[in-house]
Amino acid sequence: MKELIVISGKGGTGKTSLSAAFCHLAHSSVCADCDVDAADLHLILNPQIEQSHTFSSGHEAIIRQEACTACGLCEKYCTFDAISQDENGAFHVDAYACEGCKVCVEFCPAQAIDFPEAECGVWHTSTTRFGSMVHARLHIGAENSGKLVSLIRREARAMAEAENAELVIVDGPPGIGCPVIASITGADGVLIVTEPSVSGAHDFERVAQLCAHFNIPAYLCINKYDINPDLGDSICAEAARYEIPALGKIHFDPAFTAAQIQCQCVTEYTSPGAGAETIAAQVRKLWNTLEKRINI
Amino acid sequence: MNVAFSATGSDLNSDLDQRFGRAKQFILVDSETNAATILENTQNMNAAQGAGIQAAQNVINAGADAVVTGNCGPKAFEVLQAAGVKIYHSRESSVGEALKAILNGDLQEADSANVESHWS
Amino acid sequence: MPETQKEHSCAPFTLAIASGKGGTGKTTLATALAEAAGMAVTLRDCDVEEPNAHLFVQPQWSRHSEQNRPVPLIDTQLCSACGKCAELCQFNAIAVAGGRAMVFAELCHSCQGCRRICPEGAISDKNMPMGSLDCGVQLKNPAAPINFISGKLAIGQVMAPPLIRAVKNVGAGEALNILDCPPGTSCPMITAVRGSDFVILVTEPTPFGLNDLELAVETVRQLELPFGVVINRSDTGNSEVRNYCRDNAINIALEIPWERSIAEAYSRGDSLCNASPVLKEKLHTMLQHIMQREESA
Repeated sequence: MKELIVISGKGGTGKTSLSAAFCHLAHSSVCADCDVDAADLHLILNPQIEQSHTFSSGHEAIIRQEACTACGLCEKYCTFDAISQDENGAFHVDAYACEGCKVCVEFCPAQAIDFPEAECGVWHTSTTRFGSMVHARLHIGAENSGKLVSLIRREARAMAEAENAELVIVDGPPGIGCPVIASITGADGVLIVTEPSVSGAHDFERVAQLCAHFNIPAYLCINKYDINPDLGDSICAEAARYEIPALGKIHFDPAFTAAQIQCQCVTEYTSPGAGAETIAAQVRKLWNTLEKRINI
Repeated sequence: MNVAFSATGSDLNSDLDQRFGRAKQFILVDSETNAATILENTQNMNAAQGAGIQAAQNVINAGADAVVTGNCGPKAFEVLQAAGVKIYHSRESSVGEALKAILNGDLQEADSANVESHWS
Repeated sequence: MPETQKEHSCAPFTLAIASGKGGTGKTTLATALAEAAGMAVTLRDCDVEEPNAHLFVQPQWSRHSEQNRPVPLIDTQLCSACGKCAELCQFNAIAVAGGRAMVFAELCHSCQGCRRICPEGAISDKNMPMGSLDCGVQLKNPAAPINFISGKLAIGQVMAPPLIRAVKNVGAGEALNILDCPPGTSCPMITAVRGSDFVILVTEPTPFGLNDLELAVETVRQLELPFGVVINRSDTGNSEVRNYCRDNAINIALEIPWERSIAEAYSRGDSLCNASPVLKEKLHTMLQHIMQREESA
């Protein structure tokens, strides 16, 4: 069973659209939406939820007002500016700023601060027209440590084993921080989807360094290639320096959006005119090449 | 000696959990008396980061002299080593088989972590 | 002094440009607004994981500083291996084994708890690099300079918020602060937008755009920040985003239609204001409305 992660560095390059198409094209797969901060894959895959679970991570500090003596030590000690005094002189912890470090709880002279587990989000196991899916939603302001990402990957792998699926396809998060790291470590392959723009080139570099740092085999796809083919080619050349082969160049086409509006992936979507067909063919070709590379 | 096995279940027939830091639990076996105790590890399954470090501390505090597991990352390895706990990697499928293997001297002591950090 | 500047109070006006979804045009808009402002501006790139604004602003760089945050340094002579630090640390950044304490700095959140709790006074601060801050200025319009501050998180570093706070706090800033924020609605975005006078949420008229806009709206509402929406590539996709805004009494501050020439200019890192003077005018007007309305509120 192999695991393929689709990431982008920069947001908005077409990562989720392509992940959905791969779920369509793969013979037997389980898909995982690890972009837990702004999950979109479900909008195309239309999952039927079978089981939901709450997700807790870390703790949060809550001041018990009746026990608080308003000494202000907690505010003084908090390094995250999470504690402040209101107009009545009462101290409060801002749940969005609290990092759950426990310092205020530990040092409060009146032991007036509670430290319950923080419920951060909810995750689901579901079925889709392409197979099983694991996905989640992080609550507003929740810490995005990558723990939920790790959990989703684990559950997806467990499902794939149980179903004898040969592949787990992961729609990864943008950026290069913890959630991305959690999504790619130990993967069999990472597909980096970028666009031929100075932003895309710049962010590609950061993601390529991340994959190199963690020693993960990576591949490149340039989406909206024809907006700037010269820049597209120079990103491919840059990728070659990192030993990242360019496996696909997909043209810009309104079919990407049109398919999304129909809740279809680009390889399902048909419309009069050559555009949709050309895109679908380019994505299929990319998929066939990728399949061979990760050996499934 | 006291050997801690990372386990998916609570008895010797359970599978050996291939992960150390996020193992469901540890089964601590006294190799001389064969007495076994369970060491829960659920708080680490839920740890955001540093699960391996926490698991290592727990296992050390429980008095283990050796750990038998599938994969152990570099931070957990460092902590175990500091406490003088020996680490053995085993591909045996059950805890019972891994116990037999270590008693027979079939397992090699590890001299470094065998997976990258942030692993799973 | 331009008329508009006389009307403003001394405290800087902070305008955050955010979105739920990545790739909607935050950086494009933030940099274009900085150019269209017609007054001195401080533009802060708070997307420290993937900072891009400098590619469009092309500032003359003046200062580079490595940014650090404190992690524990343990004096082994004083340490008694009592384990209190390891027990307190919620992030498993300290372990005590074999009679000594070990620090795993990359997991540390710099909360200072260990240092405070150590009964032997054995823990002091050690600097750990987290990334860099770069400052510069763009003088394309000398009457309206863009002071530019950009933060860049080091590869493999796990925490963005401390560096984002540094980007927001450095320097006094001009009368107008524009923040190019990270995408999403979790910790980094919230660290960036909190305390702003107004938030512009940039979206696109697609199902993904709508889904993520709803999350972003929920976020700024929870933070009680005044906000408006800019719809980018407004003539593509469908009308659901527009309907959602209308149904929820959300002000659409501007709609920017898709133009291939703008997409190509963006891909080259060209200034949006150069590519479309008409758009520049609209951005200037929108900015005036926002600042005047919020300051009278």
